[in-house]
Amino acid sequence: MSSMSDNTNTSKITPPNSALEIQGLTVSYGDKTAIFSVDANFPKASMSAIIGPNGAGKSTLLKSVIGVQPKLSGQINIFGNPIKNNLKKIAYVPQRVSVDWDFPTNVMDVVQMGLYRQVGLLGRMRGKQTSIAMECLDRVGMADLWQQQIGQLSGGQQQRVFLARALAQDAEIYLLDEPFSGVDAATERAIIDVLKSLKSKNKSVIAVHHDLATVRDYFDYVLMINIKNIAEGLINETFTNENLQSTYGGKLELAHAEELSVSIDRTTT
Amino acid sequence: MITEFIQFSLTPILIGILAGISCAIPGNFLILKSQALIGDAISHVVLPGIVVAFIFTGVISTIPMLLGAAGAAIVAVLLIEIIKRLGKIEPGAAMGVVFTGMFAFGVLILEQTDTSKVHLDVEHALMGNLESLIWLKAEGWESLFDRDALSTLPDELFRITLVCGLILFLTLIFWRWLKIVTFDEEYAKTIGIRSSLISFSLVIITAIAAVAAFESVGSIIVIAMFICPPAAARLMTNKLSTQVIWSIFFATLSAIFGYIIAGYGPHWFGGENAVSAAGMIAVFSGIILMLTCLYGPYRESVGQKKV
Repeated sequence: MSSMSDNTNTSKITPPNSALEIQGLTVSYGDKTAIFSVDANFPKASMSAIIGPNGAGKSTLLKSVIGVQPKLSGQINIFGNPIKNNLKKIAYVPQRVSVDWDFPTNVMDVVQMGLYRQVGLLGRMRGKQTSIAMECLDRVGMADLWQQQIGQLSGGQQQRVFLARALAQDAEIYLLDEPFSGVDAATERAIIDVLKSLKSKNKSVIAVHHDLATVRDYFDYVLMINIKNIAEGLINETFTNENLQSTYGGKLELAHAEELSVSIDRTTT
Repeated sequence: MITEFIQFSLTPILIGILAGISCAIPGNFLILKSQALIGDAISHVVLPGIVVAFIFTGVISTIPMLLGAAGAAIVAVLLIEIIKRLGKIEPGAAMGVVFTGMFAFGVLILEQTDTSKVHLDVEHALMGNLESLIWLKAEGWESLFDRDALSTLPDELFRITLVCGLILFLTLIFWRWLKIVTFDEEYAKTIGIRSSLISFSLVIITAIAAVAAFESVGSIIVIAMFICPPAAARLMTNKLSTQVIWSIFFATLSAIFGYIIAGYGPHWFGGENAVSAAGMIAVFSGIILMLTCLYGPYRESVGQKKV
């Protein structure tokens, strides 16, 4: 019922206001369906959360949008155009645990990876690129650590470096996979400030988010999924108890308790 | 003395160095991708392919051997998949069975094949024939400028030089892509780099290095050089480019000292015969790895979990 009404709701987001539009997206790992026939439409110049229980297909959704995970079917549009030739308008921030931080390189080097598309395979990193990278590090509060070996960073610092790398791409849409997972309170604050500044510059931010307690504070729009699209729309209308129940099912109480205890921890430290 | 060195030691050492470098360079990326055993696996699997290619063509030459090795690799992938599905065992075990099984099969057909006319037998497969790659026409350093003498250099030297040059060239050209695909393959895809093509090419290059090095230095060196010099190099630096340079240096060092110690070492201790050069080069690379594990400046920063 609720998903029906929300789908009609989302059809109001027409191309001028739509940043990322997903139609009938289905992805599976072998025999297991990760997401099934998901429609979604994320508005421009706003902050959207993707929430759902573990295994609901949140990360998979991001990965198949950006082409990392092959999809079985589905159409993806960026500002009303097919994504194929518009990939450079998207910057992706993977989960920080997805890479090996023992890799022999430093902070500056990782941020400059965000400029690879701009300089090409053989183009030189000039002073201009270095200063762009430096500026991005400054925005996430990591300018002092630009020479640091990445293996020596804390979890929060690793996440900031990944965000700085995405900033260097100067994209229109930022896709983040659990940017606040396992980071300290100061980092969470710093990241949310950067994301809000992106929104104020008319950029669109879409993040997989785990902490139900902060959804209302951080985001304007929400997609609630559990393999299928359960509900989507503006936070105030959509982030309701009823929709949460249908998204999380019996797991809600547990999830809620966990999340709330996390947020209490955060306020006390 | 100098003439003797140039006749009997210069070319084998050069071939050893070039074979070592050809394996060590892709080894750096394989190790960082936690795929170090791919080099090991490939050097095992290619043996039956090389032997079958030899049976069909009757000569040892690089192109048929490469094709044979590629065929063997495909058979290996299929066998692993079949064993995994039919036997319902874990992938690691399936791979282990297929790699050693195919290597053993290669040894078996090698024994049954008439290889009296060429130098291809079980010992050759393991140890190579480094000591026989000599340059008899050489009369001194001036032979390096003598066209007649140069034309009698062993063919293996030209082939491995070509392969080593190709690997160096491709690594320099694709450096940036290799680096980002090794560090963060998924992210690389999102900025328009064809990650799977780069990863696949790395495996192909690894196979080319394994086959080219195999014909002159044998599988023992190949396996050692894919892992030991890059692993030791990682403990010397925290920078990828410096790591690759260290690995080249360690491969070179192993080839020079391994060959010299194998050839002359036993005499220093009153022994009669030289020991296997390939074996000694591999041992020497292992000693370098051990020393860097004990004294390398960056050994503490590797493998530590940060909160």
